[in-house]
Amino acid sequence: MLLELKLFPKILVLGLLLGSCDKYEPVAPLEEELLDGPLGGLTSAQNAQFLAGDIAFNDDVFTSRSGLGPLFVATNCASCHAGDGKGTPFTTLTRFGQTDATGNQFLHLGGPQIQNRALPGYEPETVPNGATFSKFTPPAVTGLGFLQYVTDADIMAMSDPNDDDGDGISGVPNWGTLKEYLDPLDNAIAQDGKYIHRFGKKAAAYDLLQQTVDAYNQDIGIASSFDPKDVYSGLTIDPEVSDKTIRDVVAYLNTLKAPIPRNQEASQVQNGKSLFSRINCASCHRPELVTGYSPIEALSRKTFQPYTDLLLHDMGLGLDDGYTEGSALTSEWRTPPLWGLGLSPTTQGGQYFLLHDGRAHSIEEAILMHGGEAENSKNQYQSLTQSEKNDLIKFLESL
Amino acid sequence: MKHLITKLLLLFATALQAQIDSTLIKRAQLDTTKQGLNMDAVYDRPFLSFGKVPVSVGGYVEANWQHLGTDGVSEGHQFQMRRMTLFVSSSIGKKLKFLSELEFEEGGKEIAIEFASLDVEFHPLLNLRGGIIMNPIGAFNQNHDGPKWEFTDRPIPATQMLPATWSNAGFGLFGKTYRKDWMFGYELYLSGGFDNSIIDNSENKTFLPAAKENGERFEESASGTPLTTAKIAIRHNTFGEIGLSYMGGIYNTFEDDGIELDKKRRVNVYAIDYNNTLPKLNTYLTGEWAWVQVDIPNTYTQQYGSKQHGGFLDIVQPVLDRKMLGWDNATLNLACRFEYVDWNVGTFNETGDEIGDEIWSIMPAISFRPSPQTVFRLNYRIQRQKDILNNEPARTGGFIFGISSYF
Repeated sequence: MLLELKLFPKILVLGLLLGSCDKYEPVAPLEEELLDGPLGGLTSAQNAQFLAGDIAFNDDVFTSRSGLGPLFVATNCASCHAGDGKGTPFTTLTRFGQTDATGNQFLHLGGPQIQNRALPGYEPETVPNGATFSKFTPPAVTGLGFLQYVTDADIMAMSDPNDDDGDGISGVPNWGTLKEYLDPLDNAIAQDGKYIHRFGKKAAAYDLLQQTVDAYNQDIGIASSFDPKDVYSGLTIDPEVSDKTIRDVVAYLNTLKAPIPRNQEASQVQNGKSLFSRINCASCHRPELVTGYSPIEALSRKTFQPYTDLLLHDMGLGLDDGYTEGSALTSEWRTPPLWGLGLSPTTQGGQYFLLHDGRAHSIEEAILMHGGEAENSKNQYQSLTQSEKNDLIKFLESL
Repeated sequence: MKHLITKLLLLFATALQAQIDSTLIKRAQLDTTKQGLNMDAVYDRPFLSFGKVPVSVGGYVEANWQHLGTDGVSEGHQFQMRRMTLFVSSSIGKKLKFLSELEFEEGGKEIAIEFASLDVEFHPLLNLRGGIIMNPIGAFNQNHDGPKWEFTDRPIPATQMLPATWSNAGFGLFGKTYRKDWMFGYELYLSGGFDNSIIDNSENKTFLPAAKENGERFEESASGTPLTTAKIAIRHNTFGEIGLSYMGGIYNTFEDDGIELDKKRRVNVYAIDYNNTLPKLNTYLTGEWAWVQVDIPNTYTQQYGSKQHGGFLDIVQPVLDRKMLGWDNATLNLACRFEYVDWNVGTFNETGDEIGDEIWSIMPAISFRPSPQTVFRLNYRIQRQKDILNNEPARTGGFIFGISSYF
């Protein structure tokens, strides 16, 4: 009896200790090591919509009963954007059928995107004979709200189509026609009825609503009221996802925080940052942009560091797949934001899959694959000392 | 359904009221922590019988508190009534028995008949069983009563890879024999089974338990073909029990109204289970390991794996076994559970890299049994779960305190 009298008070004390259970659970990773999470300064209502969008984006999985496919690439949003970061070749998209600004000539054969997977009993698509194609690795989706609200005027100010400043770098917006369900943003500038598009590898999507609607339709095979066309039959069908869910996902993408840079005080990183500007990387990968007015206060008139200019640049023959979208040339690609670059392996299975199709397996490989307007910068990188190259890479990893 | 069950329970309670004279109630005081073969688990339960009435009743209850967190995010304090199960056993006549198990989960949100079968004995080695049977794959599916375990959570491999508790309408044969220190048993059943949902579900992985959502499986087999489940088990008084089991069949609706929809696709499950109490130390070991193979079209997504494997091992060490706090046969145990599941064994077609989608967990525990039929248990979960891309695992940890008892 004596033993249990000693033992049970200890068990009781242990029980009382459980009152502070959080201490005994895994701690959260540092905020700067995570890509996901909401923007600071959201209202309670905005946070609630963020959570609803978070569930739709990360937890909702489509099945044949809820409308998946029958042809598809992925079964939910998070399959492509795990942890809101870059994807891998597992969910890389294949787009085909367009070679110039006259549009996609293969829409009648399933263009613009291959649905390379199919429910049992169906056959997936393959690239039709004669069509050129390009593969697109899913991008990170963090900080997109900031990019959404950069004004058209600011984008045009960064554009230098005739290379008037003679630095070998031009940069042009992708002008396109708005889908019928889209409204121009408050700051929109129109030219001949066309508007500046800014999202996607070729900057062919106008805003996050179009990105979301297209992804549901082309990636998961889910028709919505915005785009009710079934990718399999080509016919209009009833919506398979509600307008509210689409809006929630758009709100989620809008209000995901921007990636937080790390180790910014380290001397290697600071030296790398100087080199980044010195060899002219910053001419396209603009370190700092500013948002215009946004109905979301936390996004309105904010300065942020995305390392992009949202413009199309000729990247040379090596990256020219012979496929394009909107008004972009086949060799032109929109400058991808570099923020969060160092965190890419955390969502890519511990590896790098960089450039538009994941062909580069390290930051250095990605730099060395630059051409066209970036040829000079690449050459300057190659002429750096090994120590300087290391510093530059360290800087890029810190973003 | 709920109304019907409520009425039946009320009727049952009224019948009990009528016989409340406690001298008529006999409790079979089985030590449920010790038993013969796993296949005997459905009958090796404490039952209450009433005088000469040929019906016995019993059941168990499980409730718990938990506070778990994943990577710094916690749902806080959670109080859960996991399940209450009622058994009714009846000796209909000589060599004719009926046993049923009715389970209420999550406070009555889910009600299921887990087992309801008529057993006809022709010979100890030849019994016919028909009704809703529990498919004998592994050991846990048949031997899952909460009070028998030192852990509040059921083993992940048994419930998230194998579909425990998994029962179907079906028929089969079973038998048992023994000689000296050896015991041998077998079971062979044909039953309803799986459906397309095992590779088309909201878990986004090949998930055999998804088929449990299909309540119609007790009326209509999705494939129109039987699921075969077979098990043999051998027990030695010193070396313990080892079981080998197989469950397999066509899972998909390959045709409907005579129209072909797809080719026939099979699911095959193989399992090995073992349990023993080590002499002298009294250490109790129990575990099982299983392999799942599913025929999936190569034009489908690798999100759904065609191969899975996983298992668990529980080690239970009694440290005090004597009268404690007024209970004559109380036991204090230290225990630990090791669990692992790989839901998607293989490599990506695109890169050749290993597919992730795996989990491992270690769960130390302290349990106190005031009697063999009741357990108080404190568990701490240490869990790591990787996504399909093999990114850094999500880390989960936290305490679970639960009680479970036969009644």
